Amino acid sequence: MNGLFAVYRKELADYFSSYRFVILFALIAMVSFITSYMAGISLRESLAQDAKGSRFLFLMLFSTAGARFSMIQFVAFFGPLMGLFLGFDAINRERAQGTLVKVVSQPIYRDSVINGKFLAGATVITVMIVAVVLVISGFGLALLGVVPEVEEILRLAVYVAMSIFYVSFWLGISILFSILFRSTATSALASVAAWILFSFVVFFGASAVANAIAPVDKEGVDLPTVMRNVQITETVSVFSPMVLYMNATATIIDPKVNTTKSLVLQGPWEQILSARFQSPLPLGQSLLVVSPYVISLVAISLICFAVSYIVFMVQEIRM
Amino acid sequence: MDTNSVITTNGLTKRYLRQIAVEDLSFRVKEGEIFGFLGPNGAGKTTTLLMLLGLTRPTEGSATVCGFEPQRQAMEVKRLVGYLPENVGYYSDMDAVQTLEFIADLNGMSKKETERKIRDVIELVGLGDSDRKKVGAYSRGMKQRLGIAEVLLKDPKVLFLDEPTLGLDPDGAIRLIELIQNLNRERNITVLLSSHHLHQVQRISHRVGIMIKGRMVAEGSIDELAREKFGVGDKEFTLEEIYMKYFQEV
Repeated sequence: MNGLFAVYRKELADYFSSYRFVILFALIAMVSFITSYMAGISLRESLAQDAKGSRFLFLMLFSTAGARFSMIQFVAFFGPLMGLFLGFDAINRERAQGTLVKVVSQPIYRDSVINGKFLAGATVITVMIVAVVLVISGFGLALLGVVPEVEEILRLAVYVAMSIFYVSFWLGISILFSILFRSTATSALASVAAWILFSFVVFFGASAVANAIAPVDKEGVDLPTVMRNVQITETVSVFSPMVLYMNATATIIDPKVNTTKSLVLQGPWEQILSARFQSPLPLGQSLLVVSPYVISLVAISLICFAVSYIVFMVQEIRM
Repeated sequence: MDTNSVITTNGLTKRYLRQIAVEDLSFRVKEGEIFGFLGPNGAGKTTTLLMLLGLTRPTEGSATVCGFEPQRQAMEVKRLVGYLPENVGYYSDMDAVQTLEFIADLNGMSKKETERKIRDVIELVGLGDSDRKKVGAYSRGMKQRLGIAEVLLKDPKVLFLDEPTLGLDPDGAIRLIELIQNLNRERNITVLLSSHHLHQVQRISHRVGIMIKGRMVAEGSIDELAREKFGVGDKEFTLEEIYMKYFQEV
C-alpha cells in the first residue's frame, strides 16, 4: 500500500480543483436537470390520465424520454466520455512533464501510481453519478410529489453501482491509452475513436452484419430466418459495452421489462398470460435476468484495468 | 567487498532490442565521497542510475546500494537514495510547500515531521522567500534548488544527481555546486554526480568515472587519471584535457 493513498489524495485534489472537472460537472448537471425536468413534466401529464396507481413511478423519472432522451440513455451514450475525459492523459502527461520518474523514484511501488490514479478517477465518477441521481430524485420529488418506495431506492442503488462500473470501464480504457501513447493528443483521439467504435459502429453495425448473413425477405416471413437475424444482431451488439450496460440496466430500472431479448416467441396461451398479468418482476428476479450482462460488464472493466496494469509494470520508465 | 563502499556494481549490463546501453559495468563508490560520473550524451549514465534505483531491470550483472540489491529490495534502496533526474518536472500549479508535502506523503512521513523538515530544507536551499509561489513561475535555478530540496526531504544517505547544473546561469551553478559540497561535508552524504560541466566536477569530486558507449573507461581520482594518461599529476592538467584524451582514444 506504500504511496497508494499519497497518489490517490493528490489525484483527487487535482481533479476537484481542475477546470476539466468543473466543465464536465457543469455539463452533466445541466443535462440531468433538463432530462429530469422533461421527464417530470411528461410524467405529470400522463399521471393525470393513466399512470395513476402504477407502481415504480419514481423510477420512470429516469427511464422516461421526455423530449429527446431519458437519463438512462444519456448515461449509456455519454457516460463513457466522462470516464475518457478523466483518464486520457493520466500517465503520459506525467511522463511528458517529467514527474513520473520523480514519483516512482520515491519509496513506493510502481503500481501505486496507476492504482491511485484509477481509484481517484473512480471516486470522481462515483461522486458525479450519485450527485446526478440525487439531483434528479430531488427534482422528481418536487415535480411529482411521489415518494420512492424502498424497492425503488434499492433498484436505483443497483443502477448507480452498474453505472459506476460502466464509466470506470471507460476510465480504464483511457488510462490504458495514456500508457500506450506518449502524446496526450493521440491518447485523447484514440479514446474517442474507441468510444465511437464500441458505442456506435458496433451498435449500428450489428444489424448490418445480421442482414448480410441472414437476410430477411420482405414478402414471405420465414420464422427461423427472422430468429437467426435477431440472434446475430444481438450477438454482435453484445460486443459493445454500451449494449451490455443498456441490457444490464433495462430490467433494473424498469421492473416491467422481464427479458432482455428483443424478440420472444410465444404461444397463444403465453401471449394471453403475459397480456393479462403484466406484473413487475421482483428485484431479485430482475437481477437474475440481467446477471450475465452485469458479470460481463464487471469482467471487462477488470480485464481492461488488468491490461493497463501489466503494460505499465513492464514498460520502461523512461520510454 | 569492503564495508565502506556505498555503491558497487558487478558486470552490470543493459541491452535493449537493438542497442547496448550499458555493458559490463563494474565500479565502486565509497562512503562519503563525491563521485563525478562523466561521459557524453547517450553513454548510459542515466540508464545506470535507473538500474541502481531498481527502476530498470539489468539484463545481466548485479549491483548493491547501501548493502541492498536494487532489483530485490528497491523499496529499501529508494528510501535511502535521493534521485534528482535530468530535466526533472514539477506540477506547475503547486507551490514549493505543496510539492514537498506530496513528496513527504509519498515517503510516508508523519504530519508533524513533515512540517518541520519542509521548513528546514526550504531554508537550506534558499527558497525561503518564494515558497508560496507556484512552481510554474519558478526560474530554472529555483526549480533545480527545489529539486534538491525534494531529495533532501527524506534524509538520504546517497544522492544521485543527474545533470543538476544543466541550463543554470554561472552564478546559480556555482551556488548549487557549493550546496552539494556542503551537504557532502556536513551531512556525510555520498554523491553520485553526473555532469558535463567538467570544471565544476573537478572542483568538488573526490573521484571520477568516465563512461563512454556503455563502458566505464576510467575510474579513479583526477590525479590518478592524469598520471595514467600523461604521467604527471593533476596540477598540470584539467579534467577537460584528461576527459578529451580518453574520449579520443575510444
